[in-house]
Amino acid sequence: MSQVKEKDVDQVVIKFTGDSGDGMQLVGNQLTALSALSGNDVNSLPDYPSEIRAPAGTVAGISGFQIALGSKKIHTAGDYPDVLVAMNPAAVKHSYHFVAKGGMIITDSDTYTEKALEKAGFTSDPREDGTLAGYDVKAIPFTTLTREALKDVDMPAKDKDRSKNFFVLGVLCWLFNKNPDEVINFIHTKFGKLPVVMQANDAAFKAGFNYGETTVMFQSRYKLNAASIEPGLYRNITGNEAAALGIAAASKKSGLPIVFGSYPITPSTEIFQEGSKLKNFDVITMQMEDEIAGICAAIGGSLSGKLGVTNTSGPGLALKGEALGMAVMMEIPLVVIDVQRGGPSTGLPTKTEQSDLLQAMYGRNGDSPLPILAASTPDDCFDATFEACSIALKYMTPVVLLTDGYIGQGSCPWKVPKESELPDIPVKFIDDPDYDYKPYRRDSKTLAREWAIPGAKNLQHRIGSLEKDALTGAVSHVPQNHQVMTDTRMAKVANIEVPDCEINGADSGDLLVISWGGTFGAVKGAVDRVMAEGKSVSSINLRWINPMPKNLGKAISRFKKVLIPELNTGQLATLIRSRYLVDVETLSKVKGDPFREYEVVDKIKEVLGE
Amino acid sequence: MTTNNNTPMDKNAFASPAEVKWCPGCGDYAVMASTRAAMANRGVPRDEVAIVSGIGCSSRFPYYMETYGFHTIHGRAAAIASGLKVGNPALDVWVISGDGDSTAIGGNHFIHAVRRNINLNYVLINNKIYGLTKGQYSPTSELGQLTKTTPYGVVDYPMQPLKVAMGLGGTFIARSADKDIKLSEEILTRGANHNGFSLCEIYSNCVIFNEGATDHLSGKDKAEYSVVCRHGEKLIFGKDKQLCIVQDGIRLKAAKVSDVSESDIVVHDERNAELAYLLSAMNNADGQPVAFGVLYCDPDKKSYDDMVYEQVNDVKAKKSGESLDDLLSSGNTWTVSSTICTSTGCKTM
Repeated sequence: MSQVKEKDVDQVVIKFTGDSGDGMQLVGNQLTALSALSGNDVNSLPDYPSEIRAPAGTVAGISGFQIALGSKKIHTAGDYPDVLVAMNPAAVKHSYHFVAKGGMIITDSDTYTEKALEKAGFTSDPREDGTLAGYDVKAIPFTTLTREALKDVDMPAKDKDRSKNFFVLGVLCWLFNKNPDEVINFIHTKFGKLPVVMQANDAAFKAGFNYGETTVMFQSRYKLNAASIEPGLYRNITGNEAAALGIAAASKKSGLPIVFGSYPITPSTEIFQEGSKLKNFDVITMQMEDEIAGICAAIGGSLSGKLGVTNTSGPGLALKGEALGMAVMMEIPLVVIDVQRGGPSTGLPTKTEQSDLLQAMYGRNGDSPLPILAASTPDDCFDATFEACSIALKYMTPVVLLTDGYIGQGSCPWKVPKESELPDIPVKFIDDPDYDYKPYRRDSKTLAREWAIPGAKNLQHRIGSLEKDALTGAVSHVPQNHQVMTDTRMAKVANIEVPDCEINGADSGDLLVISWGGTFGAVKGAVDRVMAEGKSVSSINLRWINPMPKNLGKAISRFKKVLIPELNTGQLATLIRSRYLVDVETLSKVKGDPFREYEVVDKIKEVLGE
Repeated sequence: MTTNNNTPMDKNAFASPAEVKWCPGCGDYAVMASTRAAMANRGVPRDEVAIVSGIGCSSRFPYYMETYGFHTIHGRAAAIASGLKVGNPALDVWVISGDGDSTAIGGNHFIHAVRRNINLNYVLINNKIYGLTKGQYSPTSELGQLTKTTPYGVVDYPMQPLKVAMGLGGTFIARSADKDIKLSEEILTRGANHNGFSLCEIYSNCVIFNEGATDHLSGKDKAEYSVVCRHGEKLIFGKDKQLCIVQDGIRLKAAKVSDVSESDIVVHDERNAELAYLLSAMNNADGQPVAFGVLYCDPDKKSYDDMVYEQVNDVKAKKSGESLDDLLSSGNTWTVSSTICTSTGCKTM
């Protein structure tokens, strides 16, 4: 015991890989929860294969995910894993080359049969042929040890093997210095109704923990101090779940039921699936016949005086374009959540990208402005959705919220807000039957038009997709009226009050790096890193893309250079260049994968001329 | 649920001040008169009526009606009206659409609205031509028809919207023609009173681009070419009631009354879906008449909007105790405090 050293680290990155039956997701989730409980900051990144059921034991069938644990605030799931937990040869083959040099690879030595090696595509045993040279390989007979630990448990041998993941979790719990009682509590709560399973998992977990403690397999264990995290109630949440909850919260705080029309599309579908559970929160879901009908049903909901919401991804946004233009024309509240994926066309459905920005901005006929905001982390999808609903109702406008596959399907700890902490969303209907109602009479400040809905006594009126008179809403082909209406639609969106952007670092210097949406984490992490090295670099995360924050132009002007990393070929850069007439360096990546911090660090140094 | 026990109103109360801009002689004027009359019969207050249309000549309809009106985009009226109805099921929601809007660009939404049996009053004004774009053929134009885009004749087969709707399990299927104002008023009134999707196809004459295309069904000879279906009555037609419909195996055929025994004449049963399907398929081939009136009515099938709210109310009753705070804090949660737990136990920092 005494010879075990404790390695003090700021951050450790762990990647789990295995077949779906290996239960690695549970291990990862538990380790994440344990680490969060011990005060670490945590971040995770799932990595699913695009085929639903690829054969077990093959590299194509491996799924995995990566977590980062930090003793300070961390913003991504990390660059290179320090520890890879790979449950069979295929799982090793899938990911060993990502592991940091000198990093640890924990693998199940019981799985290294000739057949398994062959299925994984190895011609010889990677543990012996030099493939894994330079890594600290811990080949542990997890299967044998689990069976041994469970020899007194009365269950069939193959069922005992299912407790293997708890043995692994026991080892990791020891290795990362976490409180085993928390896992034991979890096992007793989760499997309370299945006493034999509970007994098996409990025995496997304790055996794993003791294995770490009593064998000389590990010379050191990790020690991460608590990060300074705001006290409060936390849960892990994916971006798509958070968006669905944001919709329910907006319904509650506005008092308006939601009409949520949708058509399933990866990687956005979970928002609708989660939403369909929320009927008791007045989220009325309608699975429609196509993407167009999805947005049209939502628009119908808004026309009835509810809040219409729809969700989609790239190709679906293209299909919704015409209806979205009508919502601009009719000036009705509507929220479109676009979880971006690789394009063009069907593209890379399961892989992340940020290439719908210009489609959201300009992908409609005519001058058709609408507000666009982007969520930056999984938990931020809640706030961003709530904010999108709020703006839609305040300004009587469709709003596009951009998230992406990475934050939509990735998860992170979320500090659960209280309903009482969320702002009310005021909604004003005209309902005085004697009021001289004019559909396009506007609030002088927000330019939002007055809203009377079917059923309101004596206020019946007609609106449509044809250009309308600037006051009465009657069809108008008068040239000057179209000029006025076009200008007004532009002005309404341009004048939306959005918060100023905050500068991370000094407010002037050599380089400003601008992130948007899912690039926030990698950019923040990278900029913090180079700032710590004394470089004159700051960053801004752009939440509002249309309109842009009022202080952005001035902020940009105080830096010698501007860099925008994007998961596209430079779409925000195009907007910033045209808006502020500044030169912008871009860092483009379209590999279906989010930025790693080092990629941004390397680019920053290149731009700085180092 | 729509109500049908209001006091009848004056049909002129449904006319908006907007100037009607259809061509003089257009059949849509008559359809609008029938629709206003149907609305007046029902007596649903004007401010509880919403009319949704797509794009096309007929889709200008809402502007001319003193109700709530939404003139939307091409083909999408059914989907928009579906969201509107679900958003506020107390409204009386009408869709006014044309043959292009419903059977071409909006075919998918039309199909699924019928299939869902959502409580919309759907008026399909069929002039068998694209009028607003000035004379191209539509999916209901006849084979061989000469139009702007078929100078040598149409080579695709026409769609029969009512037959399609019967195939989809539609619950109210009816037909009339523009000039038959009373019959139109009657089917529109019954359709609107029907709790479910009601489809009224009304032939309309396009005086500019398809003049006379349905004259045989609406003019002086209409009795020779059409049969008005009335529940419980024999299917007899012809100027002198000399023709009838009889069964021929599992098909229907036209016959002379004098050639058949009275008991062989088919009696219309609007609850009989198989009969309604056969009636909806009749298209003037082999001396068959086109069926008018209410071909089919099934008042028992639940509407989509009713089922949506039954489910919502059911879930609300079961989860009445769940607050937003409960929802937000569901799942595995943990509390971050100043107390930190490691493998050696917990301590307060």
